[in-house]
Amino acid sequence: MSDAVAFTPEELKKLDAGLSELLGHYPVDRKRAAMLPALRLLQEIKGWCTPEGMKHVADKLQTTVERAYEVATFYVMFHTQKPGKYVIDVCTNLSCALRGAEGMLKHLEVKLGTQAGTNGDKFFLRETECLASCGTAPCFQINEDHHENLTKEKVDKLLETLV
Amino acid sequence: MNVEKVVTRNWGKPGQNTLAGYKQHGGYESLKKALELAPEAVLAEVKKSNLRGRGGAGFPTGLKWSFVPKDNPKPRYLAINADESEPGTAKDRFILENDPHSLLEGIAIACWALGAHTCYIYARGEFKYPSAVLDKAIAEATAAGIFGKKLLGRDFELNVYQVRGAGAYICGEETAMLESLEGKKGWPRLKPPFPAVSGLFGCPTVVNNVETIATLPAIFEKGAEWFAKLGTDKSGGTRLVTLSGVCNRPGTYEVSMQTTLKDLIFDEQFGQGMPHGRTVKAVIPGGSSAPVLTADEMGVALEFEAFKPLNSMAGSGGIIVMDDTCCMVRCLWRVTRFYAEESCGQCTPCREGMPWMTRLLRKIEEGRGEPKDLEALMQVATSIAPWPPIGLGNTICALGDAGALPVQSFVTKFKSEFEQHIAEHRCPYGDKPWGAFGEFQ
Ligand SMILES: Cc1cc2nc3c(=O)[nH]c(=O)nc-3n(C[C@H](O)[C@H](O)[C@H](O)COP(=O)(O)O)c2cc1C
Ligand code: SF4
Ligand code: FES
Repeated sequence: MSDAVAFTPEELKKLDAGLSELLGHYPVDRKRAAMLPALRLLQEIKGWCTPEGMKHVADKLQTTVERAYEVATFYVMFHTQKPGKYVIDVCTNLSCALRGAEGMLKHLEVKLGTQAGTNGDKFFLRETECLASCGTAPCFQINEDHHENLTKEKVDKLLETLV
Repeated sequence: MNVEKVVTRNWGKPGQNTLAGYKQHGGYESLKKALELAPEAVLAEVKKSNLRGRGGAGFPTGLKWSFVPKDNPKPRYLAINADESEPGTAKDRFILENDPHSLLEGIAIACWALGAHTCYIYARGEFKYPSAVLDKAIAEATAAGIFGKKLLGRDFELNVYQVRGAGAYICGEETAMLESLEGKKGWPRLKPPFPAVSGLFGCPTVVNNVETIATLPAIFEKGAEWFAKLGTDKSGGTRLVTLSGVCNRPGTYEVSMQTTLKDLIFDEQFGQGMPHGRTVKAVIPGGSSAPVLTADEMGVALEFEAFKPLNSMAGSGGIIVMDDTCCMVRCLWRVTRFYAEESCGQCTPCREGMPWMTRLLRKIEEGRGEPKDLEALMQVATSIAPWPPIGLGNTICALGDAGALPVQSFVTKFKSEFEQHIAEHRCPYGDKPWGAFGEFQ
């Protein structure tokens, strides 16, 4: 993943190859249907949904860039701004709250020196939806990797790996 | 209490999440059997089994399939709901992780019955690992010629694709899911028309939950009568539930339709009871949108019909237990805040009402509440969806109901606790509102 907003030739090749495969999953007159997987692919390549990338995706899907923005801003997993290196999504819904999630969030805020909801260069700590770990609570995801049955000890160990 | 295992019967067997392992334990034999039957006969079997949808509404599966018009020349679709995001619910992910081919075999059986040649599995975006297991299973089954151009060698093309969501609870609602599958933001559609008539790309589409479809191989292996007999008159089989919150052994369990809430919480093979010295105060029985029950109501069986007299629902099987030291105001605030954040914003009562209720609850919890706030709370909730009974919502989709019902049921059943907050200008539980396991350790 290059840090620059512009695509490198390799990145563009990868994106185009992925897009043409995705388009094969839909009827030929329904190219726009591939929008979610296409934006996911873009985000895998660039780290976020860059304006240039969304324009490219929209063109390939034969739709307008506004449509791409509309989707990218509706779904929380799409980043329309460059996110911190580590996006930490903490579930604070009822089942997790009953298993210490509020305290865990506070612990993370203190340890990471940030506040939930603020994007920083290194960390973007957020409260999120229920993550289907209710019976294995509390839980969070770091860059989409799932961690459950969390304790202070486990959390501190995990944080040490985030350099 | 002996629960015959159906959906989980092969979980944990060696290699079960690979094609070779799945086949070793009888995998894809049910599809062979189903393919020897005419599509109508497969549908008849599903009807006979009394299988009901496990996604939330408990709708009879065979009946839903029969709504697909026979004379519509458009293509038909099957869409699998793997969005699993109702708070309290964690079961479909374990099907994907432990036994992905049971879903794929079920899909093949369903598509044969429905005459559908394309199936999309819509998995929530956060399912990184479950989705990876599923992708591998799809690739294996396609490479082995189970589906693809032919279905187990028959002239019946079937393509199965996984599509991953991107973090929006509303996309679990079936019409929002279809919008999302069409590449749009997840705005639910007005019904009717129902998806079976006009769904994905305007074509007849059946939407079913992962567990519903993953149950089909067992039904065709052991017979519809066997499956129907396991359950009650109106609900065949067994079901998966997720036990969470305050109890000694939370987790995902397969239970019979006769298992009661009380059995689930206290039985040795399930929840193993409450931590020492604590008693049950409240139980949410079907995902956080299901009206809350009191300890006196725990005798109810975990079956779809049984919840009707209690004005609650079996829903998605997410069972959340709160002990006698949990603050009902704080618990309800968490639930309501979730629905406020996940409202898609199309309908005014839902878009405005949910945040309003959230603010009122925060105010009461922080000791700033006034008696009129409690009235306002109930009024707002009732303008979104009157209760009881369930299902009278005033909004485009049932997320409105999902956010209103908890408010109405908590306030009705635990009113004195709300009043105490207001009278004492504080939370009686202080900074420990979460019960026996609420501390982060
Ligand atoms: C707000 C809302 C969220 C929902 N979320 C889910 C979900 O995550 N998974 C699911 O299977 N069904 C969910 N449903 C129910 C679906 O709309 C649909 O009824 C179900 O997938 C049908 O499958 P079934 O007949 O097999 O139960 C939700 C419904 C609503 C109103
Ligand atoms: S009820 Fe709420 S979530 Fe459903 S369509 Fe209306 S605003 Fe959207
Ligand atoms: S409530 Fe946290 S994972 Fe479900």
